[in-house]
Amino acid sequence: MSAEAKTKEKEEKVGLDLSKANFIDIYIMGKRYSVPDTLPIMKALEFCGYKLIRGVGCRGGVCGACATVYRTKGDPALKVALACQKVVEPEMYLAQIPFFPAGRAVYDDIEKMEPTAATVRGMYPEIAKCMGCNTCTKSCPQDLKVMEYISAALRGDIEKAARLSFECVMCGLCTTRCPANIVQPNVGILCRRLYGSRMAIKSPELARRVREIKEGKHDKPMDEVVAVAKKGVDKLRPLYEEVQKDKEPDSTPRFGED
Amino acid sequence: MGYTPEMLEMIKKVEATRAARVEKKARGEEFAAMGIDERNELKKKFHPDYKSDALRKVKIGPNAGDEMVNKFVDVLETPSSLELDKVDLNKVDYETDVLIIGGGGAGCAAAIMAAEEGANVLLMTKLRLGDANTMMAEGGIQAAVRAKDSPRTHFLDTIGGGHFKNEPELVRALVFDAPVVIDWLDRLGTMFTKNEKGVMMTIHGGGTSKKRMHSAADMSGAEIMRTLRDAARGKPNVTVVEFEPAVELILDDKGQCFGAVVKNLETNQYKVVRAKATIVSTGGSGRLHYQDFDTTNHYGATGDGLVMAYHAGCKLCFMHPVQYHPTGVVYPAQNIGLLITEKVRGLGAQPINAEGEQFVFPKEPRDIESSAFIRECHDRGKGVPTPTGRVGVWLDSPMIDMLHGEGTVRRELPAKFRQFMNHGIDISRLPMLVYPTLHYQNGGVEMESDAHSKQIPNLYFAGEVAGGIHGENRLMGNSLLDINVFGRRAGGSAAKASRSVELGSPSLTHVVEYNREAGKKGLTGRVAAPILLPDYVGKIK
Ligand SMILES: Cc1cc2nc3c(=O)[nH]c(=O)nc-3n(C[C@H](O)[C@H](O)[C@H](O)COP(=O)(O)OP(=O)(O)OC[C@H]3O[C@@H](n4cnc5c(N)ncnc54)[C@H](O)[C@@H]3O)c2cc1C
Ligand code: SF4
Ligand code: SF4
Ligand code: FES
Repeated sequence: MSAEAKTKEKEEKVGLDLSKANFIDIYIMGKRYSVPDTLPIMKALEFCGYKLIRGVGCRGGVCGACATVYRTKGDPALKVALACQKVVEPEMYLAQIPFFPAGRAVYDDIEKMEPTAATVRGMYPEIAKCMGCNTCTKSCPQDLKVMEYISAALRGDIEKAARLSFECVMCGLCTTRCPANIVQPNVGILCRRLYGSRMAIKSPELARRVREIKEGKHDKPMDEVVAVAKKGVDKLRPLYEEVQKDKEPDSTPRFGED
Repeated sequence: MGYTPEMLEMIKKVEATRAARVEKKARGEEFAAMGIDERNELKKKFHPDYKSDALRKVKIGPNAGDEMVNKFVDVLETPSSLELDKVDLNKVDYETDVLIIGGGGAGCAAAIMAAEEGANVLLMTKLRLGDANTMMAEGGIQAAVRAKDSPRTHFLDTIGGGHFKNEPELVRALVFDAPVVIDWLDRLGTMFTKNEKGVMMTIHGGGTSKKRMHSAADMSGAEIMRTLRDAARGKPNVTVVEFEPAVELILDDKGQCFGAVVKNLETNQYKVVRAKATIVSTGGSGRLHYQDFDTTNHYGATGDGLVMAYHAGCKLCFMHPVQYHPTGVVYPAQNIGLLITEKVRGLGAQPINAEGEQFVFPKEPRDIESSAFIRECHDRGKGVPTPTGRVGVWLDSPMIDMLHGEGTVRRELPAKFRQFMNHGIDISRLPMLVYPTLHYQNGGVEMESDAHSKQIPNLYFAGEVAGGIHGENRLMGNSLLDINVFGRRAGGSAAKASRSVELGSPSLTHVVEYNREAGKKGLTGRVAAPILLPDYVGKIK
């Protein structure tokens, strides 16, 4: 095989044109590796030969599985990131956090819980010990106002706590750094569920449709259309084309009530 | 960071036509949708499923002789990855009423319902609970809730979208339970996007005739997953074990499912689970990279449940059509394959070619939309090249703020906005570059409408692992729906059945025989399956 063909094969296997890549040194758990400077940490780990078991999930910045801590040479600051999102930097010393113990309060039926400060404090009394250091906010890879949602929860402003924590991916990075031992993501999910279940206004049309279904109002039209479907495409296609012809235009309101 | 100067130059062509397109769009005018014949012809010419080497006939097992997607046949035509000599079936490590394999949306929904039926539930999952495709869903969940819509209309849209191949009874279950599922999720505390009167936001998805896509910003799946996960964790009779995937199902001497062999990923030890009823909810298989496509799927989407069920004697269906999502990221290269939700088109963004022209109705069914993108790039030569040698078309996201007001992108697509901002691209000002990406396994294991296996007693399926609901092509928003509908049904059915099941003695003979047949047929060359984790060592995927 020619040298060129070999490079080509390697390229295909690797998935990147390595001849054009700019390589930098990073340190994974203290060992030095040279990696293309465009890779997110996660892909760099794999490129260096790691088969990931922990510390990987969606690979797209939404599941929070890939919490990572790092320092860069010459800078005393301990930094945190999501490995699938953060692109490697020269002289980065990094390690993934495989697991971090964090308790979830015991509760089951959210519909029977009151959306109040007392509920949240009852479940997570440690939030009263928040010392306002703001470390959580500074360590959130989603740039959430973590301290603010904790203090909203403490005050019983459940809606605010829910909205401010909405984009929380539950990576637990804030928790690893909190001097007051608060498990912020769990406080966040409790508030979101309390808000969604107990405070957000219920949809009137949803209630109506669920009632109709329970009363059997849709049984007959369904039985009929299922019977047609079982007869085959030729019988069903005209019905399909009929509903498609009656397609709702894009311009109707997105919060359309009827 | 951001677009290269060459790319910014190319974007000017999109900008040049934007104002006129926005104006037309605001008047309700769109590029014309294709008729059925035109769609069929396009698909035959350009859809990856129709490539001459897309499919091959499987030589082994219950579907022998059926055509399936090539790389999936690879994981069937190989011996089991279970090291049989390391398993001691006489020693039961876990004992439960209901075993749930796979902790995504379907698994958690099943766990909640089974627990509420009074069963003891053991949920074994491969990664962390909720590290799953469900977490990644962005766009939304379908349900016919509005008065102008009906379960009947939802039924017709779904079955037409599936090319009239769907199992009608499964579709009936899907659309009929849909409003109940939305209500259930709402009561569990899912923060659906609503207005001040409680009216839920609904938009169109490809192939819907009424607006019925409900969402929670652009994190619909994450919001549903987080809620279901928390609710499942809250059940005193649910035990969760993470990083311990199932490798094979165990049958008993009466041919019923007896539980599963699981593997501790840290210690590599195998353990035996004895369960009165077993639910498989292991999700999809995007990480098998069919036809070498990039994928939107999470790391654990390796089709394990399909393989295990197949070894046990279950039949699969619709494993030939694969869903490619038209809008996968092609730039920046770090995010290649990741999804850009259909909601972006739902909010008005149009696909645009290198010349700044529209070339397709933005909301054709996915297979058609994808085929049109591939035609634009590889046949008409109007694709946009990237610095890493890929090609794509523009998705003109800045139209959204122009149509719906400044700030709409940030408010309604917060996760996408952040993901691109991380790489220096403001999608409310600049378009995104997209190309079809491997997204969804339309088919799966055959089941009844109560989620029971068609072949094996005591065994249930729920979620992406199941087949038949979506026929040959799933509509957006019907999957988040199906995992809840059939997760709930599976949990309820399994818990009830577990009260009266009498298990016999456990056996892995089916695996021994599968291995023997594979050996006899010379199907031993490739990696053993289920593969559990993809192999990316030394690669960039
Ligand atoms: C990026 C993306 C966007 C999407 N957007 C939408 C959308 O907007 N609307 C919509 O309706 N659908 C959408 N879908 C599809 C939908 O999200 C999925 O099909 C659905 O959530 C699958 O749910 P599930 O529970 O079946 O599987 P998953 O949620 O994937 O869960 C399966 C779980 O099983 C685990 N597992 C796998 N193998 C094993 C094993 N051997 N043993 C034990 N555990 C195992 C996995 O780790 C995972 O946790 C999207 C999918 C993706 C990937
Ligand atoms: S709030 Fe905490 S757990 Fe949530 S995303 Fe930020 S750092 Fe992670
Ligand atoms: S890190 Fe802990 S103590 Fe500090 S502000 Fe955040 S919650 Fe409060
Ligand atoms: S892998 Fe899911 S956030 Fe990084």
